[in-house]
Amino acid sequence: MMKSIGLAIAALLVAGGAEAQAPKPPTDAQIAHIAYTAGNIDIAAGKQAIAKSKNKAVLDFAKEMVRDHQAVNDKALALVKKLNVTPDDNETSQALKKDADAKLAEYAKLDGAAFDKAYLNNEVAYHKTVNGALSSTLIPNAQNAELKSLLQTGLKLFTEHQHHAEHAAMELK
Amino acid sequence: MPHRRDFLLAGGAALAASLAALAGPALAQKPKAAKTARPKPRTPAIYTIGMKDMVFAPIPTGLHVGDTIEWFNDDFLQHSATAKDKSFDYTIRPNTRVKMVLTKTGDIPFACRYHPGMKGVLSVGP
Repeated sequence: MMKSIGLAIAALLVAGGAEAQAPKPPTDAQIAHIAYTAGNIDIAAGKQAIAKSKNKAVLDFAKEMVRDHQAVNDKALALVKKLNVTPDDNETSQALKKDADAKLAEYAKLDGAAFDKAYLNNEVAYHKTVNGALSSTLIPNAQNAELKSLLQTGLKLFTEHQHHAEHAAMELK
Repeated sequence: MPHRRDFLLAGGAALAASLAALAGPALAQKPKAAKTARPKPRTPAIYTIGMKDMVFAPIPTGLHVGDTIEWFNDDFLQHSATAKDKSFDYTIRPNTRVKMVLTKTGDIPFACRYHPGMKGVLSVGP
């Protein structure tokens, strides 16, 4: 899944397909949509973990993901409203959503320690991918200063999440 | 004619008066010296430590026992101020403040329980 998310993000840069002469950077409206979609995906994964897990460390982590990503998305929504920007759905957002839905269905079949391990390992990989996309694509291409600043705060936050997930995953072993 | 006993009495009285004159200032200085040596009571100070964009603001220096730290979460995320030695642990919601009084001396490392990359050290004197 992570490979396909990476490819989806790369595809965004060459939007326009074969006719494109140079990579086309995402617009602020597309960046906002991608960031919001990525947040919603982790909120859904966290809610699934809260419903299924019985491990305190996993539950604490999942609650933190739901709370933090919801706070970032609320902030993002308030910002696009203020800027009068309508988030623009795009191939990257759609690919992220499709892959996340497949993961939710896959993890729904797991229970106990198998679920905990799969959830945390996926959280590590997912945050790594999103952080990579933020650093290399989304932040450099954001034009609006407030959007860029929110993405930068998001990167700091999601880096913490990645470390937390790595630590929690290690503790499970 | 003055009697020898009178001379002795008069001399004794003069000596006593001289001793009293000498001892007087010394006795008077003692409590005065003790008074000036006593440190003036310090008025406890109040300091604010903010949290914004996933970092703690610079930690104030010159902290003392009895001072108040007001943690102010100026971020849109929930944070905590949690001492490594567990001597304090406050969950601080966005746009809220929590006050605490410093009760012990020493260096007290702290961090946000949710985001451990956010950290600092309170250096508290007596």
